[in-house]
Amino acid sequence: MLILTCPNCGIAADETELHADGQAHITRHGAGASDDDLETYLFMRNNPKGVHFERWRHVYGCGKWFHAARCTMTLEVFGTYPAQTLEPPKELVAKIKKKRPDWEGFVK
Amino acid sequence: MSNAVTALNGAKYSGLIDIADAGLMGMITLRGDLASAAMAKVVKSITGAKMPKPRGVETAGKGSVAWMSPDELLIMVDYPAADAAEAKITDALSGQHHLAVNVSDARAVFDLTGDHLRDVLAKGSPTNLNPDALPIGEVRRTRLGQLAVAFWFTDESAAKLVCFRSVGDHVFKWLANAAQNGSSPNFHSDMR
Repeated sequence: MLILTCPNCGIAADETELHADGQAHITRHGAGASDDDLETYLFMRNNPKGVHFERWRHVYGCGKWFHAARCTMTLEVFGTYPAQTLEPPKELVAKIKKKRPDWEGFVK
Repeated sequence: MSNAVTALNGAKYSGLIDIADAGLMGMITLRGDLASAAMAKVVKSITGAKMPKPRGVETAGKGSVAWMSPDELLIMVDYPAADAAEAKITDALSGQHHLAVNVSDARAVFDLTGDHLRDVLAKGSPTNLNPDALPIGEVRRTRLGQLAVAFWFTDESAAKLVCFRSVGDHVFKWLANAAQNGSSPNFHSDMR
């Protein structure tokens, strides 16, 4: 069971109360973009065994989006943070780095 | 004018807990900037209650107000007063980005009472129902079975539960099934 604390309402929500929406911090390429950029935006996703940044929505609760950093292998949750950001907060990245020294760091 | 009828139409069940139709209740969904002074003022003038803290429910003489999300409140007043209250909000917040809708007839409201209340709710909701995690006067939007509901305790053995009208009958049956005598896990009720 995965429990994420929603930064919008402060509730430690069970995953059955949330909706997962895949990888976070994707750069959007819309009309006018090159084929490669559009393909990357639409289809190319990281699939790491380890640290992963994701978008979640507290669908049965406050209905708001947020970001979560977790480990795809152990389900350890490193932290959650608001959706209104283009990259994870520095403190969180430092915290993960401390726990997982082998982690290559946040790559967009 | 049409004759307003609740979704549950006075349904009642008595088992581990008592489940009852809470009757007609005036409800207004208000979205906007909760930090604005104008919003706090109009909420106060309609319900008499102050602006709730995150997840809080404030009750006063004329009604209650519940915090639903960082930009949403549920204002509860007497059923006949809802239209006037909605108009008052729209008037008071004109020029400010907001949304006020009378949702009185779009919801079903339950009155739940009994010592096994936390046990019964815990059967269908992933909520931590420990009184420390969900104290009296704090609203919890969550799911019950597979349906979105919101509930809050008004007393240690009394709660109000709100769900969409279209699923009111299902939620009633679900609760009645979960509240059958002899089916309590006695987890929360034993700790009291």
